[in-house]
Amino acid sequence: MDSKFNITVRNCDLYYSEFQALKDVNMDIDEHEVTAFIGPSGCGKSTFIKTLNRMNDLIEDCRITGEIIIGEQDIYEKGTDVTMLRKNVGMVFQKPNPFPMTIYDNIAFAPRTFGIKKKAELDEVVERSLRQAGLWDEVRDRLRKNAMGLSGGQQQRLCIARALAAEPKILLMDEPTSALDPISTGKIEELMIELKKEYTIIIVTHNMQQATRISDKTAFFLLGEVIEYATTQELFSNPKDKRTESYITGRFG
Amino acid sequence: MSIRASYEKELRSVTDNLVLMCRYIETAIEKSIGVLVERDASLADDVYEVDKLIDKMDRDIEQSCLRILMMENPVASDFREITAALKMITDLERIGDQAWDIADIATQFGDDEYIKKLEHIPQMGVIVIQMVKDGVQAYINRDLELARSLDKTDDKVDSMFSIVMDELIALIKENPDNVEQGVMLMMINKYLERIGDHAVNIGDWVEYAITGRHPKKIEK
Repeated sequence: MDSKFNITVRNCDLYYSEFQALKDVNMDIDEHEVTAFIGPSGCGKSTFIKTLNRMNDLIEDCRITGEIIIGEQDIYEKGTDVTMLRKNVGMVFQKPNPFPMTIYDNIAFAPRTFGIKKKAELDEVVERSLRQAGLWDEVRDRLRKNAMGLSGGQQQRLCIARALAAEPKILLMDEPTSALDPISTGKIEELMIELKKEYTIIIVTHNMQQATRISDKTAFFLLGEVIEYATTQELFSNPKDKRTESYITGRFG
Repeated sequence: MSIRASYEKELRSVTDNLVLMCRYIETAIEKSIGVLVERDASLADDVYEVDKLIDKMDRDIEQSCLRILMMENPVASDFREITAALKMITDLERIGDQAWDIADIATQFGDDEYIKKLEHIPQMGVIVIQMVKDGVQAYINRDLELARSLDKTDDKVDSMFSIVMDELIALIKENPDNVEQGVMLMMINKYLERIGDHAVNIGDWVEYAITGRHPKKIEK
């Protein structure tokens, strides 16, 4: 598929009932880059990442205005195929959440949903996805074992593999390493750098060193607003806004 | 990223040591010129001793900065402050070495009468001492104007350097016996001019620490 999958966000406001969680967010996210969202708890970064594959649809009283355009498509336009959107925009959560089934079935879940039935084809997707997630060598001999038996770090890479099996273009990661030890974190960070060749990656992180290590651009959120959005090097060495400076240097937050 | 209180404590130790290093340098330059002007070779021993202290300060500040970079992971202005300090101490240390060199040469004149009146050289000494003090002061007070003023002050040093050089060339041409002293005075002249340049570098790093940008200068 040659379509573009850059993200353009214009004047995005989001309300949970009366509470405004996002205020006039504007952002352009390029393909094949890692973009990090940072900011104190409750600043709207997780809310924002969820708007990108309409996860907020599931929340009652959630209202969103403005435009979120992926490629050419406004994803909040009437008639948007949300299943297709979520196929293209995969998500990995803070806590690894494998399905209580075999490793193989976890990975095969999305391709089966999208109609792949042949075993040979599924085998190929499973192996490719696990390889991309850097997990293949560790699990190739136990694909039929329950995924719940994997370590936390392996479970998270399994979840990444499961997301990749749907062949997304964009991968959203909401604090994907906050529950992991440094070795597993390191593996996932390396993985993200590897994966950006093929995917666009957006990560919410509280770990600012992680943002500096892996991301090309960083957005700082505060009280629902994007205060500053710049290249990671610029934002961390010479932030333009006093609030960004105060937050990243630990003066508040 | 850093824990504020411990970071600020560490940074304070860096700035305290920078002030101390600056005082040592002041003493070193003053005494090295003293060796020449007062013809007091014993002052050279003081310069050697002070230079050792300057080298120790360089190492101590460097270690503090490296520890802060590793332990505190400073970012934004914190990061720039520490990198600027790390770079500034290299210039300060070199200034110490140049004061040492001046003192060393100054002891070699023996009791011979000088071939010229020492006029500009002591003046250059006074100016470069002030430049170093201003550079360190600008860092501590985040004083951008003071940091930027160093470039202008250095122009004065440079023009004095040229005057002294022309005089020395004329004296050597006039009488070949003047060569030995002429060369030695020329070296002292050059060291003082270099100290001025190092002070300008310090000012540039202060500007970087404050603004995140180096001053734009036309390549010489």
